[in-house]
Amino acid sequence: MAVSQLIGASIKRREDPELVTGSGNFVDDMSQTALAYLYVVRSTQAHARIEGIEASRAKEADGVLAVWTGKDLQPEFQAPLPVTTSFVPEKKYPNHYPIASDRVRYVGEPVAVVVATSKAAAEDAAERLDIRYEPLSPVLDIEAALKKDAPVLHDDVGSNIAYDVKRAGGDIETAFRDADVRITQRIIQQRLIPVAVEGRGVVADYKKFAKTLTVTSSTQIPHFVKIWLGVILGIPESNVRVIAPDVGGGFGSKIRVYPEEVLVALASRRLSRPVKWTEDRNENMKATHHGRSQIWDVEIAAKRDGKVLGVRTTQYLDLGAYCSQFGTFQAIALLIIQGPYKLPAFDGRGVGVFTNRTPTDAYRGAGRPEATYLIERVMDLVAQEIGMDPVEVRRKNFVPPEEQPFTNLLGLTYDSGDYRITLDKALELVDYPQFRRDQAEARKRGKYLGIGFCTYLEICGLGPSVATTAAAGIGFWGMSVVNLHFTGKATVIIGSSPHGQGHETTFAQIVANELGLPLEDIDVVHGDTAIGPMGMDTYGSRSASVDGTAVYLSSVKVREKARKIAAHLLEAAEADIVYEDGKAFVKGTPSKAVTIQEITGAAFQPHRLPPDMEGGMEATTFFNPPNFVWPFGAHVALVEIDGETGGTRVVRYVAVDDCGTRINPMVVDGQLHGGIAQGIGQALFEEARYDETGQLKTGTLVDYMIPTAPDLPSFETAATVTPSPTNPLGVKGIGEAGTIASSVAVINAIVDALSPFGVKDVDMPATPEKIWHLMHRNGGTTR
Amino acid sequence: MIPASFDYVAPRTLPEAVAELVKHGQEAKVLAGGHSLIPLMKLRLSTPSFLVDIGRINNLNYIREDDGHIAIGALTSHHDIELSDLLKQKLPLLTSAASQIGDPQVRNRGTIGGAAAHADPNGDFPACLLALDAELKVVGPKGERTIAAKDFFVDTFTTSLQPNEILREIRIATPSPGSRATYLKFSRRSQDWAIVAVAAQVRVTGHEVTQVAIGLTGMGSRPLRASGVEQALRGKGAHDDDIRKAAERAAEGTDPPQDLNGSPDYRRHLVQVLTRRALEQITAHH
Repeated sequence: MAVSQLIGASIKRREDPELVTGSGNFVDDMSQTALAYLYVVRSTQAHARIEGIEASRAKEADGVLAVWTGKDLQPEFQAPLPVTTSFVPEKKYPNHYPIASDRVRYVGEPVAVVVATSKAAAEDAAERLDIRYEPLSPVLDIEAALKKDAPVLHDDVGSNIAYDVKRAGGDIETAFRDADVRITQRIIQQRLIPVAVEGRGVVADYKKFAKTLTVTSSTQIPHFVKIWLGVILGIPESNVRVIAPDVGGGFGSKIRVYPEEVLVALASRRLSRPVKWTEDRNENMKATHHGRSQIWDVEIAAKRDGKVLGVRTTQYLDLGAYCSQFGTFQAIALLIIQGPYKLPAFDGRGVGVFTNRTPTDAYRGAGRPEATYLIERVMDLVAQEIGMDPVEVRRKNFVPPEEQPFTNLLGLTYDSGDYRITLDKALELVDYPQFRRDQAEARKRGKYLGIGFCTYLEICGLGPSVATTAAAGIGFWGMSVVNLHFTGKATVIIGSSPHGQGHETTFAQIVANELGLPLEDIDVVHGDTAIGPMGMDTYGSRSASVDGTAVYLSSVKVREKARKIAAHLLEAAEADIVYEDGKAFVKGTPSKAVTIQEITGAAFQPHRLPPDMEGGMEATTFFNPPNFVWPFGAHVALVEIDGETGGTRVVRYVAVDDCGTRINPMVVDGQLHGGIAQGIGQALFEEARYDETGQLKTGTLVDYMIPTAPDLPSFETAATVTPSPTNPLGVKGIGEAGTIASSVAVINAIVDALSPFGVKDVDMPATPEKIWHLMHRNGGTTR
Repeated sequence: MIPASFDYVAPRTLPEAVAELVKHGQEAKVLAGGHSLIPLMKLRLSTPSFLVDIGRINNLNYIREDDGHIAIGALTSHHDIELSDLLKQKLPLLTSAASQIGDPQVRNRGTIGGAAAHADPNGDFPACLLALDAELKVVGPKGERTIAAKDFFVDTFTTSLQPNEILREIRIATPSPGSRATYLKFSRRSQDWAIVAVAAQVRVTGHEVTQVAIGLTGMGSRPLRASGVEQALRGKGAHDDDIRKAAERAAEGTDPPQDLNGSPDYRRHLVQVLTRRALEQITAHH
């Protein structure tokens, strides 16, 4: 394969042979001499005071090394778990420590740990703990939390309201005054459980004399975990090393510093031996954070010609029992509601509340699926109200391409895009006119077909440092080191921490493309804080555009050094050197070339270098992007509903995405497939449900229904390419687009299918019974 | 997710297995394919201190026909039932149901005897066995006895098996030629437990329904027969109108549960739709 074609090549992921043959290296695969096992004893109560914990019987059990309660461990915490600004600097929140001492606030909160010589012994001993609770009234949902007489979770906050803030732009009063139609709607973003295929796990090894801590964790953020373990446990950051080995998925659920990381590290320090904890699925469902869990009230002002004038909305966000590290990140939705549309006014209010449920935090898309869901429902609600085709309403409202770069009502500037192009392509692929004919025909047979559109705009690529500092409380950037060895093989250290994204393949493609090295000579390493400078890890579809760009820039630096050395070796002027396919030569004489391998060899022999040049062939880049990147696309879902049972199938799914330059289209497709499936999961199947005492009723994969392959159609993907002007590769992001677009495309399709019954909205998940009720509430008659 | 500690024995013969059960009494549990018991033990919802693994007993895995009956060994897997040529020909109700249980991994390990003895009201085989008037042969310390399916399934996870008895064989009278069957299952995802399912075995001679048996899954704490439907159809015509009217009686006498996947009302509606569709499907070729 010619080097110049490596960007854009669907190369099979280099990660996969190991993973699909069961040869991966996950936390639970680690074994070590003298390894002890930690079991976390968790609250069985949603809200209660801990009256006492009797641990003596557990301490006497076979194999037990230690039993500690929150009271035992609390003195060792020098700081609470971290909480970032995450778009809501105004919020009030309590200190949250890794283990409860006197009060529990959700089922699954740690109350004690048992450390034993085997996992089974630890679990057996845990059953011998006698924990006495004095139950308190639980706050079970957002509406209950807002009630005046609701029990207050955190005395130091004073109420269950963490924040009540406004985010607005334009003149909303005028918008509503000028409107022909006003529509109100309540939208529920149900609580979701992320369900990564690998749960979390931690191995910690504290060396007493060296005073060093090494933690191996199934995390998305080894660099942040390193910082905070040091802070919380009072260990100098330079003595802490965090390794993220193979990580079996995250979807945001491994984006925070978790209580168990602190507890396992602390146990290792107390016992002076390595300690392991591996989450089981049962724990994963209630102790790993949840996502979404929001109520949105929306009012729409629109003209009869399809132009949307304004949106007024309130986002009620259920934070769960505490404010998680990025717990208010979902409030980003209020900054980007208008999506690809030119909207004259937006008036947003965000309210965050505490409830006695598992904390919520980022889950694939984090705020962007919610924003997209809202505005894409708005487009369909307007279309239905004024009797216009939903495609036309979207066209009426798109930002005109000549207005790019376009600044939205909240001051964010889109980088590029003609939003019509993905929609046009998608319509062509689905054959829209034919579908409408099929739909009319099928209705006569008691089958209800529906088509649903989503034309999304996504913000990703965290981020421009100044903007992210204002919004998230920390400046973001990308990091890479490209380091060539004596023989010309390359080690590439990246600041991102992939857990399924395929960076070992795609980032190698970037280096190979610039340096002309064979792919197999490029080793991309990551997920270990000891191998290189600090990185900002992986989340929010940031890696390709930010760390990928850093990799590109380091490669360019190495190439420029190679040109200088080549000029010296060939006794020519640098300006006359051509670098191509891994070789450098004087313009016009490619036969007398020096290879990158020869040049690198020279780089380690100072006598062969220009006199003013240091040796080595290494470059480090910290890349601060000038803006976010803004991928967009058009997704179309086609559903079929059984008029008698309410059973619903997505029968076709067409996705046309524009994520700028595609480094590896196969990896892009992989991200889309998983993302679309996850979004359909929210639309049709998934919901975390609690009973009236605050127990999670959907605590197993029997009850919490993630979509499986037979429940999904074969996805049809296509692309347009609008390179981002934000970075030299022109890449945007694609990790979350599928999830962002698919939930609302499916719901819009269901509402379209049910329009003969006068249906205007359906809550997710759209279960067969809900749909049956909607069809039969008027005795099953159609309009 | 680690079971509480237990002892384990894997006898080679049924009498040895029964002897182990007698010896350990209420503390013991029989382990077959393990697809119901092991998950409960991992969640520590079931904590037997002794497991008698019958998986190594020979001659409990078979499907054969003799004397006008089909005999199925208790350890026959769902997979073997799904792919059995004999059953496809003579008892398609069972192959149809088997093909809709869980996923291939479950079907490879799960056994019909285990499914019957576990008596999950949302399991697929119990309603089939009830509709087929199966006989369940069980072995205990006093020898063998036969229990009719209608007496076998008592309540949720409860059968008339004694703690020291083991299900050995399921025996079903071969339906007369011309009898047809289907198992229609409604669930949210393809691999889920049924919300409601209908097992129908019907024979139409000329235009008259000469034999009809309808078993229901998910409509109560145990599998049920839709006797109202059977009564309405038996000896009557098999026209669309007859079928529709009969199917409307499918929820009679049922007591469907409320759970995360459906309300009693929805189940009562579904069972009528599925019953009608099953009957239409079976009689379509007449």
